[in-house]
Amino acid sequence: MINLKRTLLVLAVVILGANPICVLANEEAHAGEPSDKSKEIGEYIVHHLQDDHFFSLYKAGEETVGFPLPVILIDNGLKVFSSGEFKHGKAVVEKDGQFYKYYHGKIYKTDAAGTISYDDKHHPTNAKPLDFSITKNVFGLFLAAFLMFVGFLSLAKTYKKGPSNLPKGFGRVLEPLVLYVRDEMAIPNIGHRYKEFMPYLLSVFFLIFTLNILGLTPIGFNVTGNISITVCLALFTFVVTTIKANKDYWKHIFWMPGVPVPFKIILAPIEVLGMFTKPFSLMLRLFANITAGHSVIMGLIAIVYLFQTQLTVGGSVGISMLLTLVLFFLELLVAFLQAFIFTMLSSLFIGMAVEEHAHH
Amino acid sequence: MEALLNQFSYGLFFWQLIILVIVIFILGKFAWKPIVNALEEREQNIEEALNKAELARQEMARLSSQNEELMKQAREERDQILKEAKALKDGIVNEAKTQAQAEGAKLIEKARIEIENQKKAALAELKGQVSALSLDIAERVLRTQLDDKAKQQELVNNLLKDVELN
Repeated sequence: MINLKRTLLVLAVVILGANPICVLANEEAHAGEPSDKSKEIGEYIVHHLQDDHFFSLYKAGEETVGFPLPVILIDNGLKVFSSGEFKHGKAVVEKDGQFYKYYHGKIYKTDAAGTISYDDKHHPTNAKPLDFSITKNVFGLFLAAFLMFVGFLSLAKTYKKGPSNLPKGFGRVLEPLVLYVRDEMAIPNIGHRYKEFMPYLLSVFFLIFTLNILGLTPIGFNVTGNISITVCLALFTFVVTTIKANKDYWKHIFWMPGVPVPFKIILAPIEVLGMFTKPFSLMLRLFANITAGHSVIMGLIAIVYLFQTQLTVGGSVGISMLLTLVLFFLELLVAFLQAFIFTMLSSLFIGMAVEEHAHH
Repeated sequence: MEALLNQFSYGLFFWQLIILVIVIFILGKFAWKPIVNALEEREQNIEEALNKAELARQEMARLSSQNEELMKQAREERDQILKEAKALKDGIVNEAKTQAQAEGAKLIEKARIEIENQKKAALAELKGQVSALSLDIAERVLRTQLDDKAKQQELVNNLLKDVELN
């Protein structure tokens, strides 16, 4: 317990201490150009919320400090190169006679000059290659998976000496969480068949939880706030629910027992729609909560720059720090809560699909 | 919504899918299953241990009540034996007493009869001696008073009668 407290404390200090510095560094980088500050901050936040091919830690002057990540394109064969070659969108990369340009987080095919044509909404119309790059979010995923492997394989090892061998160290934190997933989500919702869904529920819970927590570190992942990730997670729950569903489940969808025939006909499309809205709500809820949390925290940090003239430097920093601190703890709660809600609802949906109804 | 769709990346989706599947299968095989099984086993062990403890407690209670019962019985038996022994002792003592008394009485009676016999013998001897003495006396008297013989005989007879009455 003391370990966890200490870890959280260190985490809090690091995050609260480092985030404004990132933005500050970024601000200074643009100090030379006369531009609208609030618009720029807005762009910065949007940029942060998006995936990136370059792992940027902070900006110092004109230099972005960080490290490039591998770009993997499938476009007439596999093309692998470092994202450093793009020089943050300034350079056009040529591979096997094909030119690529990095523009606002996406890779486009261009001509040798790197011309990007736009439609009337200022969206690029250039073709995009299939992009399987190890982006910042993929890196975050690998990191989270790695952390889970380390944590849970060692936890599993402690039980090899017999079930009465209690875990030590960090395992003491993980074991109650595993029990929590089992006793609060799996068993109450699924019932006696809970065991076959435990691998899925535990994987999803800890993956989301780890990614959410990583998202709160100054490294600045926003993985669970990315729609591709939540689509994948929700799709998984949908697939598991649909595959494992029993006869009763389908009967309740297409021919609801216990209601008059006209209602059966009305209910069927609603229930069918419900099959899809359930995972859709899972997808949006996780995405929206995490994205909102990141946006608000970054917005509050931005107070430091926006209100410097009105509040003086000390005042704006103080207010920003105070608000960010409060919100950060809220976000810690949200990080857990969203993992909990996703897993909880997944087990609820699975439970509905495998439930054996008493006949009405 | 458009921004959302724009944000959707097949690459990221692909990697997420791969990683999720890997996590589910590898952790499922090497972590989740052993962990969940071990937790369940531990819970069963605890439950079993608690049940066993409860059974042992009941057994203990049963044994101790049995012990108490045995103790009670033993105590009663002891009391019974003591009582019987006391009665036996009293009986023996009484019997011995009566026997001794009877023996004593018998001895006394014997002694009395012996004394009586002795007395009778002594008396008979005495009588013989007295008669001899009397005869001696009478002889001497006769020697001296031979003339009046009838008178003397009468006198001796009277004397002997008196002696016998004593």
